[in-house]
Amino acid sequence: MSDRVAIVGVGMSKFGELWEKSLREITLEAGMYAIFDADVQGKEIDAISIGNMSAGRFTGQEHLGALAVDMGGLGNIPAYSVEAACASGGAAVRQAYMSIKSGEHDVMLVLGCEKMSDVSQSEAMDTISVASDMDWEGMFGATFPALYAFIARRHMMEYGTTDEQMGKVAVKNHYNAQFNPWAQFQRALPLKVVMNSGMLADPIRVLHSSPITDGAAGLVMCSEERAKEFTDNPVFVDASTQATASLALHDRKDICTMDSVVLSSRRALERANLSIEDIDVFELHDSFTISEIVLTEDVGLAKKGEGGKLVDEGITELKGEFPVNTSGGLKARGHPIGATGVAQIVELALQLRGDAEKRQVEGAEKAMAVNIGGTGATSIVHILGR
Amino acid sequence: MAEKGVAQVWRRFDSIYNLIGTHCSNCGTYYFPPRLVCPKCRRKGKLEEYKYKGLGKIHTFSIVRQAPENFKRQVPYVVAQVQLDEGPRLTAQIVNIDPEDVKIGMRVRVCFRKITEYGEGGIIVYGYKFEPTMIVTGHE
Amino acid sequence: MVGIIGYGVYIPRYRIKTEEIACVWGEDGEAMAHGLRVFEKSLPGPDEDVVTISTEAARNAVKYAELDPKRIGAVYVGSESHPYAVKPTGTIVSEAIGCSTDMTCADFEFACKAGTAAVQACMGLVSSKMIDVGLAIGADTAQGRPGDALEYSAAAGGVAILIGKENPVATIETTTSFTTDTPDFWRREGEDFPSHGARFTGEPAYFRHVEEGAKALMKKTDTTIDDYDYFVFHQPNGKFPMAMGKTLGVPMEKLEDSLVVKDIGNTYSASAMMGLARILDIADPGSKIFMVSYGSGAGSDAFSIVVEDEIEAHRGEVPTVDDYIKRKTYVNYSIYAKYRRKIKALG
Repeated sequence: MSDRVAIVGVGMSKFGELWEKSLREITLEAGMYAIFDADVQGKEIDAISIGNMSAGRFTGQEHLGALAVDMGGLGNIPAYSVEAACASGGAAVRQAYMSIKSGEHDVMLVLGCEKMSDVSQSEAMDTISVASDMDWEGMFGATFPALYAFIARRHMMEYGTTDEQMGKVAVKNHYNAQFNPWAQFQRALPLKVVMNSGMLADPIRVLHSSPITDGAAGLVMCSEERAKEFTDNPVFVDASTQATASLALHDRKDICTMDSVVLSSRRALERANLSIEDIDVFELHDSFTISEIVLTEDVGLAKKGEGGKLVDEGITELKGEFPVNTSGGLKARGHPIGATGVAQIVELALQLRGDAEKRQVEGAEKAMAVNIGGTGATSIVHILGR
Repeated sequence: MAEKGVAQVWRRFDSIYNLIGTHCSNCGTYYFPPRLVCPKCRRKGKLEEYKYKGLGKIHTFSIVRQAPENFKRQVPYVVAQVQLDEGPRLTAQIVNIDPEDVKIGMRVRVCFRKITEYGEGGIIVYGYKFEPTMIVTGHE
Repeated sequence: MVGIIGYGVYIPRYRIKTEEIACVWGEDGEAMAHGLRVFEKSLPGPDEDVVTISTEAARNAVKYAELDPKRIGAVYVGSESHPYAVKPTGTIVSEAIGCSTDMTCADFEFACKAGTAAVQACMGLVSSKMIDVGLAIGADTAQGRPGDALEYSAAAGGVAILIGKENPVATIETTTSFTTDTPDFWRREGEDFPSHGARFTGEPAYFRHVEEGAKALMKKTDTTIDDYDYFVFHQPNGKFPMAMGKTLGVPMEKLEDSLVVKDIGNTYSASAMMGLARILDIADPGSKIFMVSYGSGAGSDAFSIVVEDEIEAHRGEVPTVDDYIKRKTYVNYSIYAKYRRKIKALG
């Protein structure tokens, strides 16, 4: 059994519309970068954990565990493919964390991937919807943006959250993405452009929404004892927690609060023996800008209803007191569904190592990632530390 | 094997045609969609079928402007969470109203509409949507 | 005696004005509207068809009658626009209104008189005691070829009538039919729009059949125009039933209350039944109604109906024809084309 689990290598494919590359190529690319970064030999890796939501629908390929081992030339090691909708990446990280912590595995390659551009826009939309309750939400015409619009409209009515505040989240995340060489949109986005963008599902605008993205991310994780072999600058997983809420949004008493996030983030802080003020940098799942606002409240950065104000005050900006989504977030880094949870950890590991270059949060010691699936039916929280 | 999706939707006709959900006679909670296990009572729960009256109010809503293939002809359409008078909330389209007139808290009643079609040659799925309550001559 | 124990109607919310259609084809809209005596017509929303319209009308009928739907022994839906070529409309309607499985069901087609044919079938089953209550529905989402004269009138709506013996709100004294082989209007399998014989649909078709039907009924019942308070004729447009009334010597005040066609167009299988429903909405107990439907191809069904005291106990529970006529919103021709699947690229 390992006391602590370390992250000793990180890697990413470029995020974006990768027309020339297939699912297996981008997945291999992210894995190879992580392996090179850790300077680990292939024979030392004893298992793979891979997160993916819907390769079967997006590309026609399932059984990604075996695919990853095979493509990587990693012989006969076991591979675990995990799925938790948009939290599949986080679930893959947590799978590796539990495997290493239990002593079952020592050194693991963690992957997250999604290739979304090989289907039409409407097929992609249909596939994204399967993260909701298909029988009772999706079938009745509630698209994924519509479900987040349900949340946004209530949040606006109950707490006075504004279109402008939702827009500012997009502006902030685009600003950050300018300094992230892997991000899909490495350009600033003026607030006026966001506020004039068309409605996707009122009150959610096109530019409040994360894009359709191809991409993969990888990590090498290992026990604390082994970490020294690979690096003298390891990052540790201080806590990994997970919680569930109802699959359908309509079954929640308060749709503006994700109980799964409240519970998993609170438990993670307890495990890490930290309070929210101790966290220096955050990656919070902003599939839509309203979800970043809700998540800042649910992790305790703001009181319920004051997530919008937090944005107004600049607290979550790169130079703010609690920077959120320094990578650009799902909005601007891109959201290849299964890769997102892993990419969040890549970003935070870089921040803690001091390798985040122009988007570096100076002296970051503790970091938190919240990766949610569906409309918050699954929440996976990781706290990283040095 | 059945034609794609046919049996899958057919086995739910009761609920999607007639708003048949469940009621737990142990704790008194009403559920829609129907549940197989009462989350409050679990093994002590006693679930029985319950036909909802079909009246409620809009809890939240959105106007969908980018829709999946099967819904394109209806764009823009309103989809909402409707709070039924008996308690539970469900997700359904709101029809017979201009999207800009929909408001949170508005009274609605169930109606029967085409939900989707499985392509041009496939089956047509019918079921519940909601509409504003109507003025009936001679009714208070 | 067999009678109507409940009825319900449904008219979609959407309307298009005759002028709006005329404008697309370079016709004089005002002249067209006054010539046809159709000023606007109803059309179904993108998620409405004969199944949904029938169900809404049938739910209203069941509520109006305060009837346990499990007592219904037969469901017949008459329409020329059933959504499936093969697969009954009636089974969907039956389940959606909560019927039992112990009943018979079929779809009828006889152009615009399929609904009244269903009424006659139910009367027979009830009279012979094969069933307790029968549900007869006439519903359509009729289409005219773009630019064709029919496009000004082909509309959508439905009427459901519950036929039974217990406490009817109106008694059906008798019915007669007149049937010939007259190809005035037809649609071949797989065709999107119907074809018709233009002026041939008038004299040898509508007028001959409605007139013969009316005369047969009066002869059978030994009655005259003066014995009836209200007249209802099939309404392909406003002009035809008015001309028919004139020929038969029906005073305008006995006919005009049934002429819903000017506000909603020709609802085909529901057309005459919609006129009847409007009369049942307003007629005093004791009133006598004379109705003749017409279906191309061709035939007519004539009915002699008496309104009973029972009717007053049922009013005010479900929307009337006028309630539905008043609930409306106008669409332009482009939206009409989108909803009516005239835009083929949308599939």
